Amino acid sequence: MKTRLLRQKTATHAILIVLGLSFVAPFLWMLLTSIKSLEEITSLPVTIWPEIFRWRNYADVFDVIPFTRYFWNTLLITGLSVIGQLISAPLVAYAITKIEWFGAKWIFPIVIGTMLLPYQVTMIPVYLIFQKLHLTGSIWPLVIPTFTAAPLYIFLLRQFFMGLPTSLIHAAKIDGANDYRIYWSVVLPLTRPALASVAIFTFLYTWSDFMGPLLYINKAKQYTLTLGLQAFLAEHYTEWGLLMAASALFTLPIVVVFFFAQKQFVEGISLTGIKG
Amino acid sequence: MNKNNLTGFVFASPWIIGFLAFTLYPLCASLYYGFTDFNVFQSPRFVGLDNYRDLMGDDLFWKSIRNTLYLTVISTPVNLIFALLTAMLLNTRIRGLSVYRTVYYIPTIIPLAATSLLWMWIMNGQYGLLNKLLGWVGLPQPGWFSDPAYSKMSLILMGLWGVGNIIIIFLASLQEVPQSLYESASIDGAGGFRKFRHITIHWISPIILFQLIMQVINNLQYFTQAYFVISSSNLNQVSGGPENSLLMYAVYLYQNAFIYFKMGKASAMAWILFVMAGILTWIIFKSSKRWVTYGGGD
Repeated sequence: MKTRLLRQKTATHAILIVLGLSFVAPFLWMLLTSIKSLEEITSLPVTIWPEIFRWRNYADVFDVIPFTRYFWNTLLITGLSVIGQLISAPLVAYAITKIEWFGAKWIFPIVIGTMLLPYQVTMIPVYLIFQKLHLTGSIWPLVIPTFTAAPLYIFLLRQFFMGLPTSLIHAAKIDGANDYRIYWSVVLPLTRPALASVAIFTFLYTWSDFMGPLLYINKAKQYTLTLGLQAFLAEHYTEWGLLMAASALFTLPIVVVFFFAQKQFVEGISLTGIKG
Repeated sequence: MNKNNLTGFVFASPWIIGFLAFTLYPLCASLYYGFTDFNVFQSPRFVGLDNYRDLMGDDLFWKSIRNTLYLTVISTPVNLIFALLTAMLLNTRIRGLSVYRTVYYIPTIIPLAATSLLWMWIMNGQYGLLNKLLGWVGLPQPGWFSDPAYSKMSLILMGLWGVGNIIIIFLASLQEVPQSLYESASIDGAGGFRKFRHITIHWISPIILFQLIMQVINNLQYFTQAYFVISSSNLNQVSGGPENSLLMYAVYLYQNAFIYFKMGKASAMAWILFVMAGILTWIIFKSSKRWVTYGGGD
C-alpha cells in the first residue's frame, strides 16, 4: 500500500514537473533569443544556447523602438484607468448591496448581462461618439469609460461587500452617519484588499490591451507598448532578437507586480471565479 | 425611502451614465447602422437589409465564421479539460503546490501581444524551438502559422499556455469538495471514475458552466493573437493569414469598419455576432439543466 502511494506521488510530480517545464520553456526561449545576434538567429542549425551573448539587443531596443516613450504612454493610460475603476466601481457596488432603493435589485442582473456582451457590438457607435467629441487620436476614449465602473469589478466588489456585516452599517446609522460618511470612513477602509485586486486586474488589463489603443491611438508618438510592438513586427519581421528583448522588457513590469502582489491575485480570482 | 432612492442613484450614477452612453445607446445605434450604408464621412443612409444580403454572399464572411467556430469548438473543451486535469493533479495534497501554481499561472498575465510574438517565434517553421524539438524525436516539422492546415492548431496550442487562471479557479473549487464524500463513496465501493463523475463533476459543475460560457464568448471575439500573426505576414494589414485561415470574425469586422470604413456592414456583423453569442449561451444554459447542479456547495 505504502509503495503504491509513493509511486502515485512520484508519477504525479513527474507529470507536473514536465508540464511546468513546458510552461517555463517559452520564457527561457524568449530570454535566450533576446541575447542572440541576428546572424545566429537566422542560421541553421538552430542553437539553443547563444554562441555569443549579445546584450546590446537590449540597448538597441531603446534606439530602434522609442521604448521609453511607449512605456510612459502605457503607464499614463494604465494609471488613469486604475484611478477610474477605483473611484467608480466601489461606489456602484455599494449602491447595489448596502442601500435599499429601487435600483438595488435590477442593476445587478444588467451588470451580469453586459459582462456577456461582445465588445464588437458597441465598438462602432462608441467610436463615433468619441469622434464627435474630437477625442479620437487621444488617450481619453481609453480612459473615460474606466470612470464608469467595469462590470467585472462591480461584480468582484459586490461579492466582497456582501461579506461585510450589515450590523456595522446599522451601528453607524444609529450614530447618525449618512451613507456618504459610512461609505468613506467605514466601508472603504475595510475594502482595501478587494480594491487592491481591482487595481491589479485593471493594471494588467490596461497594460496588455491591444484593441483599444489600436482603435483610438493613431499617432506614433502616442503609441502604447502593444501598438509599438505590433508596428515593429510589421516592419522588421525577421529581427527576432530585438523583438524578444522588447517583449521581455514589456513583460517585466507585470512579472514584478505579480511577485509583489501574489496574494491579491489569488484572492481576486477566487472572488470573481468561484461564487458564480 | 425617497432619500434612499436619491442616495442610491448618486452612488450608482457612474454606472448608470456609462451604461446609457457606452452600452445601451451604442447597442441601439449599431442595430440601426446595420441597416444603413455608412462610411463615416457621410451620414448614414437607410438601405434596409442590403448589408445582411451582402454578407450572405460574402465568402470572406463565411470563412471568418468557419474559422471562429472551429477555434471555439476545439479550443474551448481542450482548454477546460486540460485545466481540470491539471487542477486535479494539483489537488492531491502534493508538496510544492504553491510553486506549481505560480509556474502555471504566470503565462496568463503576459500581455497577449508578447505571447503572440513569442509563440510566432517558437513556432517559426525554419528557426523555431518547437520544430527543433520535434526534429530531435523525429516527428514532422510543419510551418505552423504559415501553413493553412496548421495555423489554427497553432493558435489553439498557444492558447493552452494561457489556461493558468482556469487551473487556479478549478483548483480552488476542487479544494472545497468535502473529503467525507469521497470517503463514504469508497466505503460504498465506488471506483475512481465513478467518484470523479458523481462527486467531483457534480460538485464543481456551476464553475465549469461559468468558465464554459466565458470561454465561448471570449473565443467568439478572438482578435489580438490572430491580428498579430496576420500583420507579420502582410504589410498592408488587410489579410487573413495563409489562405485566410486566420481571418477571425472579429478581425474581419475590424477590417470592414476601420480599414474599408464600411461601418454599416461592420455593424450588421456585430449584431450577427451578438445573436450568435446569445444563441450559444442559451444552448449551453439549456443543456446545463442536465449536468449542472446547484446547492451542492455554495
